[in-house]
Amino acid sequence: MEKSLNWREFIITSSIKASGYSAIVFVLLIFFFLLREGLPTLGEVEASSLLNIRWYPIENYFGILPLITGSLIITLGAALIAVPFGIGTAVYISEIAPRWMREILKPLVELLGGLPSVVLGFLGILVVSPYLRVLLDLPTGLTAFTGSLLLGGIAVPTVVSVAEDALDSVPRAYREGAWALGATKWQTIWRVTLPAARSGVLTAVMLGVGRAIGETMTVMMVTGNAPVLATRLGSIFSPVRTMTATIAAEMGEVANGSTHYHVLFFIGMVLFLISLVVNIIASSVVFRAKKRAERILS
Amino acid sequence: MMTKFLSRNRHTVQSLGFSFITLIAIMTVLPIVGTIIFIIFKGGSAVSWEFISGFPYDGMRAGGILPAIIGTLYLTIGTAVFSVPLGIAAAVYLSEYAKDTRLTRLIRLAIINLAGIPSVVYGLFGLGLFVLFLQFGTSILAASLTLSIMTLPVIISTAEESLRAVPQAFRTVSISLGATRWQTIRRIVLKEALPGILTGVILGLERAAGETAPILFTGAAFFLPRLPQSPFDATMALPYHLFVISTQVPEMPIQIQYGTALVLLVFVLTMNLIATVIRSRARARRQW
Repeated sequence: MEKSLNWREFIITSSIKASGYSAIVFVLLIFFFLLREGLPTLGEVEASSLLNIRWYPIENYFGILPLITGSLIITLGAALIAVPFGIGTAVYISEIAPRWMREILKPLVELLGGLPSVVLGFLGILVVSPYLRVLLDLPTGLTAFTGSLLLGGIAVPTVVSVAEDALDSVPRAYREGAWALGATKWQTIWRVTLPAARSGVLTAVMLGVGRAIGETMTVMMVTGNAPVLATRLGSIFSPVRTMTATIAAEMGEVANGSTHYHVLFFIGMVLFLISLVVNIIASSVVFRAKKRAERILS
Repeated sequence: MMTKFLSRNRHTVQSLGFSFITLIAIMTVLPIVGTIIFIIFKGGSAVSWEFISGFPYDGMRAGGILPAIIGTLYLTIGTAVFSVPLGIAAAVYLSEYAKDTRLTRLIRLAIINLAGIPSVVYGLFGLGLFVLFLQFGTSILAASLTLSIMTLPVIISTAEESLRAVPQAFRTVSISLGATRWQTIRRIVLKEALPGILTGVILGLERAAGETAPILFTGAAFFLPRLPQSPFDATMALPYHLFVISTQVPEMPIQIQYGTALVLLVFVLTMNLIATVIRSRARARRQW
């Protein structure tokens, strides 16, 4: 009996250890399959035409530049919305709100994080874009601006929760020290608490940007999907198309193994590398991302 | 005189500042509440028993959305089957076995990166590995596996956190009473951490249930006249169905669109509510 117990322990322990490594295996597998299907692009499309400004796959124009600028302009717009609102809300929840208010706000923000992006896209089509079209007197409401607005909403919960954890982990003694020296609560927030939580707030911004650049359904539904190079500031009020939306919209219609198919995987590879860089930077900042999980539980 | 002026001034600044920050918080939260109320209000009249239990007909412009509801249910269960055991096992490894080595740090980095990969890239990966390479075809199986990997980082990190929250003394006592390490983990640590793990699992599955991009090319079907019969069949799903009827079908009655959005919202919010209840009940009962 003793022996069978040992065997069971051994098998269970081994499988637990194997599961432990699964995350590394999956990241490598994802990268491998993106490379496998995406790299043939470089043999089929010349680098110069890949960096062209024309995306028109039917006639073999595979310039991904307009898609990249589309993603960038929308992400920038989203960040301009999500950063002030996200950090402001985090400051409110962590420093200003009374306890009962905090208990209401935290689950609500979490709820926004759980709203399916397709629902936001749906409301974007039916409510937000017609409203913006009339308000701003545009030919169409399906623009980069609409996308940024909704994407900002999608990035906000990430920014709030990570930034709030960072503010929360600033030792109380810091604040008490500042108050004892005669600073007001407001001065303490700006000159002591926020600077002390700086790295965590930076992580929050990075993760929010990462969330925005990878978002697919909402941008595909509300940005009008025109692969036009964004050159002016005013481009934000015209339709654009992002890298994610291009993959989602076109992958269903291409023949497996065609050039178009390979280029779409190539774009996926670019997105994967962007998210890798963003996340490595975000996690190398001193603040530990695992605090986020702690918040969900406590 | 000067200090008095300054002091009054900075208190004015403080109350102005506080009002401003409060306003920002309100402007962040109100749209969330507004969105939910708006969809309940608009979709409520479309939802009936026929809508929930019937099949769509007339090019999906009439009838119910049963196949999409059942499909999302299948996908969520399929995702749970793969991601829950694997995720919890990985969390047990990280919290109970792993030492702080370079390999462990690499695992943590991999988990963070998995959490950040765009959902559409998961879709590409699922297409490349499950649909084409392993030849599962566009199927519930391929879509569930894709969603599982996407859900894994959420489950691992929340489960690990709640395992770590179990006091070390519990383990020491159990081992000293003669239990083996695995017996300790199974009967003491996992049992105590269960509510926290469950919360993480449900929140992870909630995200999977609402996702569209990963299933676009791995398992979602535009329209099916019958329910899927095996894991190798493609399936309709609520989020994809909402996408289809709001962008691809001309002259789609707006009622059905709002109704579908409401059913999806209820599906997701119910999971969120269950997670919140489990968490707060566990918090109230916890004695350590």
